[in-house]
Amino acid sequence: MRWYWIDRFIEFESGQRAKAIKNISLAEEHLHDHFPGYPVMPNSLIIEGLAQTGGLLLYEHSQFQNKVVLAKVPVARFHYQAIPGDTLIYTATVDYIHRNGAMVTATSHKGEELQAETEIVFAHLEGEMGQKTLYDPLDMLQMMRVLRAFEVGHAADGSPLLEPSCLDGAENSDPAV
Amino acid sequence: MPTKEEILENIRTALVDALGVDDDEVTPEATLVGDLGAESIDFLDIVFRLEKAFEIKIPRGELFPEDVLTNAEYVQDGKVTEAGMAELRKRMPFANLDSFAENPAVQDFGNLLTVADMCRFIETKVEVTG
Repeated sequence: MRWYWIDRFIEFESGQRAKAIKNISLAEEHLHDHFPGYPVMPNSLIIEGLAQTGGLLLYEHSQFQNKVVLAKVPVARFHYQAIPGDTLIYTATVDYIHRNGAMVTATSHKGEELQAETEIVFAHLEGEMGQKTLYDPLDMLQMMRVLRAFEVGHAADGSPLLEPSCLDGAENSDPAV
Repeated sequence: MPTKEEILENIRTALVDALGVDDDEVTPEATLVGDLGAESIDFLDIVFRLEKAFEIKIPRGELFPEDVLTNAEYVQDGKVTEAGMAELRKRMPFANLDSFAENPAVQDFGNLLTVADMCRFIETKVEVTG
């Protein structure tokens, strides 16, 4: 299942901040039901896009070890609707990283105008839940590549962000590749 | 080095931000679960805010010893045993467990923690002035 609610990273500073763009298109099926004749980007999917921006940032920061999930949205304010043809810029900034999770402030802008602001709490799954494979590591690698994270990203020391070696094995061992 | 008043103020801010309650609802006697509506996921949020506000670390189970409540040694038929109560008292010197001890049903434990308990907990982790 394809569940991309961001289209590309434009900034990716490991452990600190990431920016991604989301282009809203009439080719997205759900817009024709939300609402018929009056397409509006659902705020819940804006939150999902903000969570993906922040969640991937946290996932990379843990050297792709922590299974990061969206746990809670304490604050979500939407100042106006986002509609087809808009390009939203999502900015996720890490407020606090903890062994069990993290807090991120994430905003959505249309150009210079603030469209939405949220606070998102992520949890790191551990114990029994942590052992389950949430997704194929190869899918994760492809998602980060497709979103161009490794083209714009920087590691903590400022050097270019490199693809993780732990996921290389998954790619090379896949007979379909 | 915060005063007791400052500790309460910082805890109040953390609970208002995490739980969406009003300032005046966060009284020392208010219980986190019963009066302020905290759910399990909120405790993760609250711990993060407290750690950040006071620059401390709160290891898992230190504020809320969930491992005692799920341990067969300490819980029987949904009630905390004497050994369990002793362990809880040892782990939570900041909380008043007397009324809970009268009927120590595990399902009621969540409603034990008050804002005042949290203040006392923080006081054990930071140097308090005044």
